[in-house]
Formats: sequence, C-alpha cells, structure tokens
Amino acid sequence: MKLHPILAALRKHKAGTVLIALQIALTLAIVCNAIFIIGQRIQRVNRATGLDESNLFFVSQQWVGAPSADTPDGVEKLDAMQREDLAALRNLPGVASVAPINSLPLLNSSWTGSVSLKSGAEIGDKTGTRTAYYFTDEQVFPTLGLKLVAGRAFNAGDVQHQGFRENRDRPVAIITRALADKLYPKGGAVGKVMYSDGSSAPTTIVGVVTRMQIPSSGSFGSDFAWNSTLIPTRLDANFARYAVRTRPGQLDAVMHAVTPLLYKVNPLRVLDDDSVRPFSDIRARAYRADVGMAVLMGVICLILIAVTAAGIVGLTSFWVGQRHRQIGVRRALGARKIDILHYFQIENGLIAGVGAVIGVILALGLNAWLMTHYEMTRMPVLYVLVGVIAVLVLGQAAVFVPARRASNVSPVSATRAA
Amino acid sequence: MFAYYLGLALRSLRRSPGLTALMMLAIGFGVAGSMTTYAVFRGVSGDPIPWKSAQLFVPQIDAWGPVQMSGPGARSGTNEPPDALTYADAMALIHDHRGSRQSAIYAVGPTVLPTGTGHSPIPVFGFAVYDEFFPLVDVPFRYGSGWSADDDTQGAPVVVISDTLNQQVFGGANSVGRSLDLDGRDYRVIGVMKPWNPQPMFFDVVDTGGFSSDGPALFLPLQRAIASGMENVGAVNCPKGTQPGAGYAGLQQSACVWLAYMVELDDAAAVQRYRQYLDDYARSQQTIGRFGWPPNNRLRDLRGFLEYQHVVPDDTRVSLLVALGLLLVCLVNTAGLLLAKFLRRSGEIGVRRALGASRRAIHAQYLTEAAVIGVGGGALGLLLTGIGVFGVNRMLPPRLADLAQIDPSLLALTLLVAVLAAVLAGVYPAFRAARVLPAWQLKTH
Repeated sequence: MKLHPILAALRKHKAGTVLIALQIALTLAIVCNAIFIIGQRIQRVNRATGLDESNLFFVSQQWVGAPSADTPDGVEKLDAMQREDLAALRNLPGVASVAPINSLPLLNSSWTGSVSLKSGAEIGDKTGTRTAYYFTDEQVFPTLGLKLVAGRAFNAGDVQHQGFRENRDRPVAIITRALADKLYPKGGAVGKVMYSDGSSAPTTIVGVVTRMQIPSSGSFGSDFAWNSTLIPTRLDANFARYAVRTRPGQLDAVMHAVTPLLYKVNPLRVLDDDSVRPFSDIRARAYRADVGMAVLMGVICLILIAVTAAGIVGLTSFWVGQRHRQIGVRRALGARKIDILHYFQIENGLIAGVGAVIGVILALGLNAWLMTHYEMTRMPVLYVLVGVIAVLVLGQAAVFVPARRASNVSPVSATRAA
Repeated sequence: MFAYYLGLALRSLRRSPGLTALMMLAIGFGVAGSMTTYAVFRGVSGDPIPWKSAQLFVPQIDAWGPVQMSGPGARSGTNEPPDALTYADAMALIHDHRGSRQSAIYAVGPTVLPTGTGHSPIPVFGFAVYDEFFPLVDVPFRYGSGWSADDDTQGAPVVVISDTLNQQVFGGANSVGRSLDLDGRDYRVIGVMKPWNPQPMFFDVVDTGGFSSDGPALFLPLQRAIASGMENVGAVNCPKGTQPGAGYAGLQQSACVWLAYMVELDDAAAVQRYRQYLDDYARSQQTIGRFGWPPNNRLRDLRGFLEYQHVVPDDTRVSLLVALGLLLVCLVNTAGLLLAKFLRRSGEIGVRRALGASRRAIHAQYLTEAAVIGVGGGALGLLLTGIGVFGVNRMLPPRLADLAQIDPSLLALTLLVAVLAAVLAGVYPAFRAARVLPAWQLKTH
C-alpha cells in the first residue's frame, strides 16, 4: 500500500494526529523512566545482605538505672549483666546460637569509621577506606550464617569487652571481601595489618567473609555498602543488643519466650513492642519506602498506558465514523476488507512511530534532568528500545477494534448520504 | 444562557456515553494520581512554623577544615561545613548571645520511672535545650512555662513534659511542681505542653530525619542533662580518622559535631551582623590555632536549611513529577477526544451558526460541555483520591504516610484541578468548533 493517501488524509486531521503523537511521546517518556525507577528499586530490595536471614531475630533492650559505662567499675558490671543475658538466651530451648552485636545489616543504626594501611593516619588522610563496624563475639558466624572465604573465624580468646565510648586497641578483625579488595587489591589480606579509625596500633586481619552489608540501607552508605569490619569485642553500655538464631521452625516460639526470660534475669530493664524483631521485619522496614515507590510508579504506569490506549481507541473510532462514506467508496471501487484494516493499522503505525521518536528524545531528556536534580543513574538504552516496541504494540492493539469495524463497512454505504 | 448550555451539554454527553465515560475516567485518574502524590508532598514539605520561619536561622561553623569534606556530617565534593556544631562552638555561640533568642539542642533518650507500683519504666525521647528555646519556637503550654535563664546557669533539675507523658504519669492533672524520676534522678516538672508535634521536627532535623510519629516527650536544661551524664542519642559525626576521647568529657572536647543550634534574628541587618559575628568568631579560632583554615560558615534560614537537609525525600518529588506527567497525558488525551466529539457535531454547529449563534456562543457552549466533563471527572477523582491516599497510607513508611491527609482543602483542590484541566483541554477543540463554516456545513450535509 502506498503511504501517500494516508499522509494526505492525516494532513486533514492535523490536530488529532498531533495530539495522539504527543500523547504517545509523553507516555513513552514517563513510562520508560518510571519502569527504570521500579527496576532500580527492585534491584535494591533484592540485594543479599550476606546473612542467612531465616530463623534470625534481633533483641534490643535497655537497662534502667544501669551503672555508668565511663568508669572501669561500671563497665565490668555492665559486662557481667550482658554475659548473664547471653548465657540465659543460649540456654533457651530452641535457640541455636546467640551473639551480642551493636547492629545488623538494614537496621540503619551504625558505627562507621575508616580503616587505612597507614599507621595513625592524620586527620583528613585520604587513604582511609570507609567502613561500618560490627562489635560482636565468636558466636557471630553461626548466628548470622556468614561465610568465611579465607583465614579463620574468631575464637573465644579473641573476644574483649569495653565501654562503648572507650578507645581500645583492636588487635584482630575480620573484614568483608569487598573491603579486603580495597585495602589489598592484589589479594592475600589474611595475616596482614590495617589501622582503624586513625589508631597507631595495628589490627591484624584474621579472616575474610564473602559478603556482609553495612547497617545503612539508604544513600548515606551507598558508596561503602559492602565494607564491613567485624571486631571481636562486646560493647558495654546501658543498652545491649543480641542477634539470636533459632532452630528451624522455632522462631515464633523463641521470640515469645525472650521477653519474659530477660525480665526474669533482670527486671530492671525496658523492652517494648519494638525490642524483639525478626529479621524479616527489619528488612521490610528498611525497604518499605522503596517498595512503596515501586508500587506507586507501577500504578501510575498502568493508568498511563490505559488512558493512552483508550485515547487511541476513541480518536480512531471517531475517524472511522467520519470517513464512513469514503470507506464505502473505497470498498465499492474494489478495496478488500484487509486493505481497509491495513490502512488504519498503517496510519496508526505512522503516528505512533513519530510519537515514539519524539518520546525517545523526551525519555532521555527526562532521565538526564532527573540525573542532575536527583540521585538517578543513566537509563540503559534497552529500556527505551523496549518502551518503543511497547508503545507500537499498544497502538496496534488499540487500533485493532475500530479498524476492524472500519473494514466491515459495507460498500453500499457509498451510495447513502452521510 | 448558562442553563441552556448546561442542558445542551448534558444531552450531548448522554448521546455518546462511551466517549463521555472515557473522558471522565481519564480526567478522574489523572487528577487522582496527582492529588494523591501531592497529598504526600504537601505533608512533608509544609512549613512547620510559617509565622516565624523567616526569622529562624541555623548557623553552621566549619570546625573540620577543607580536607574533611568527605565525612558523614558533611557533603562529599562540596565545601559545606558539617550539619551540626561541636560542643565548644555551640557553647561559644550561647555565651556570646548575639541573636535575640537562641538555643543549642541535643537529643536525649532517658527512662521515666513513674512512682507507685504497677507502673513499668517508660523510655522516652526528648531534647536538652536552653531556656530561650520555648519562646524561640513557640512551644504551646497547657500548664506552667519554660524555665528561667537562672535555671540554665545553675543547671536546675527541672523538666517540661508533653501532654502524652503527663497523661501517662500524672493522669493528665496539672503536674507543675511535682517530681519526675528520670534515669534515677529527680526532676521538678515546670511546664506541661499542649499536644505538640511539628512536622518536620524542624529544630533538630539532623537527628530526627525530620519526621517522628510521636512528638518530643520532654525538654530539660542542657547543662543539667550534661551534668547528669544524660547520653546524646542523636547523631555524632566525627572528622575522618578521629574518635572522641574517652567518656562524655571526651565527646565535649572533641571535634565531633553533635549539637543542633537555632537562632532568631529579627531583620536583615541582624542577619548581616550575625554573619559577620560568625566569621569573626571563626577568625578568632583561626588566630588561636584551633582552625587551620579561613572562616567557612553558613547561616541558612529555616526553610533553606530544611531544603539543604533534603527533608522532603527525593522519592516524593520524583513521584509528584511523574504524577504531574500523568495529568498532562490525561489532558492531552481529553483534548483529543473532545476535538473528536465536537467536530463530529459540525453539522449541528453549522445549523446553530446559520440561525444566528455567534462564535462566542458556540465557544461558551462547548467550554460548558468540557466543564461538565471536568465536574464528572472531578467527582470520580475525589473517590479515587480517597482510595489513593488510603493506599499510600498502607504502603509508605508510617512517619511519611501519616502526613498525607484528606481534608476539605485537598478535596476542593481536586475538584478545581479536574474542572480546570477539562476546560483547558476544551479550549482548542471549542476554538475549532467555533470556526466551523456554517455555509459549507449546510451545503455538504
């Protein structure tokens, strides 16, 4: 079929043509970017923390009238209280293992600092690498399900304790592979030393774990999300936090038993609704905004696509009605049904094609604008290509019903008055 | 005439129910999408203290120097000073007292031990502040008042509590003068606030992130809190590679930033003087060798500081933008459909024009028809906005979603936007309809 008659007809419907093309262009631009945002969110939410997240829960509690963590005497008392809790938790039926720990991945409460290969790195040293610290004990490996790739796990002899504001040397540490690669790009970090937080006392790296996310899930930690450092030290303060792994299927039962148990060990403490939380809850809360954003964007995309499809159906139906007589004339002059169908399909293809070209430009422009104003990365061209195919298919699908109605116009209508 | 146009519009809409429904749906969904995201946006971007935000300022002093601009409290790659103040700087500003009112602020999380048996300890969230904090941010009082400047200098054990805490501990009675046990120490209640939970919690966004579901439960004198060793539960950010010295004293002497600060300045001249003062102060610190760099201070007004702190999450802005895009597409869509609808009736327009209707009359008639569609779309939009806000409340983190409220102004705005959008979409189609040539139409049909 020649394009010329189609173009000639479109010239008679400039406004309608322009409006449909514009609508397709805008839909393409917005949907591409929205789907790109959804994709990014899904990717973020699905990141593995490096933990075995099932059967794991977290206890965060505070003692009332606890001794000061700033005096040596107070620290010893607090440590005794913490060890008492740990012993009670470890003896609870259904518990597999327990470790004291200051935070967990996705908890968004973190102790961050930096490690360097230089001793006593002066303030503002650029060689330091940012990291988040987990202060814990030798039970951390079975409790969190971390996987060691090199070196050894902590043993009981490594474990120290200190007041949480004290500066104490950190003789040994285990770091993540991401951090090890940063510090020792050529490998072989195990057995080497690093200096943490500007200290001049060396810290020996005794082991490397495959993966462990830092507590911050937001943009604050995005450039060092996998640089975790584990220090075998119990922190003593007026609060204490424990990670507990239960035997399979016992999570609920153990979680229910924890609060009464801890109150029995020491009634002078505060545990509220938020104090005992399964890891699944920590994960859900950390990513709630991301999931919400993805759903919102998804709903808006669906509405957009539906509205655009409806617009195409509406306007094409109008054109079919308007050209009823002309279609009849064409049919009377020998055009087959399929020719009429193709006419409207090609017409729509042309309009959608022009719309798609403008849409591609708009989509990339919008992405560039979002990149300069918000935290957004460059959208891969694949998204735009898929988007182009999608709007072309959408156009064809939407035009099919009115086009078929057009093809069913009988040749007799040519003879009737409009 | 309007009634006549209205009658014509309704008749015309009834003649093509499918197309009418389509247009109303488009307007309804477009408006509802934008209004739902707008409700969230409005909730988080509102001015918490509109009558005073232009007089409130947040000073920032560079206590870290240029090499530190990649620390967590500062912005990497920029020359921005840290978000909060060191203890030394905050105390110097308090001491010099150059604004009309001012307060240093830090977050505390003590435990309240209610007297009598059967009560369990209540962990609470509050702030350590100075006496001028209460008039500074207009804290509303139910009973009593804030404390005096003398109480500050003496570190008096007094406390201002929230309405909620007053209910929990004192059963809602006037508890002024009664004593309250915080972390095992006795404090005297000096004031009880009315329910007060400004959103965003503008006086300490660095620690609260701007939003919290409960308001602050108590305020107590900062020097008292420090003397009692009451921990700072907010953020402590230290220059890269350093740690505070041991204990609370170490934190006070360190270069770590952990205090929020707010100052009231009444006019532009006062702001100018305060800027000068901050620079002079930083220069004096440079002279004594504490700062090894020239003054690098900021004095943002409250709105500027909230903006700088990204209190409105980027997500909310992006979704508002996308929702506005949706509205635009719906507008274009409605314009196309109206065009089709109006021009289909070219014959009718021709007859009306031939019978003496002016172009303006045709214009008015078709814009009325567009407005009727807008009202219908708006009604649908109201319903969908209701569903949308409800859905958002289920989906978003509670502290953000609670702010998205349906109120009369939102409903009125929804309807207004719908009608305006429909009329706007109808402008070009009505213009085209009014330009139909009567003679040509009458001849060909």
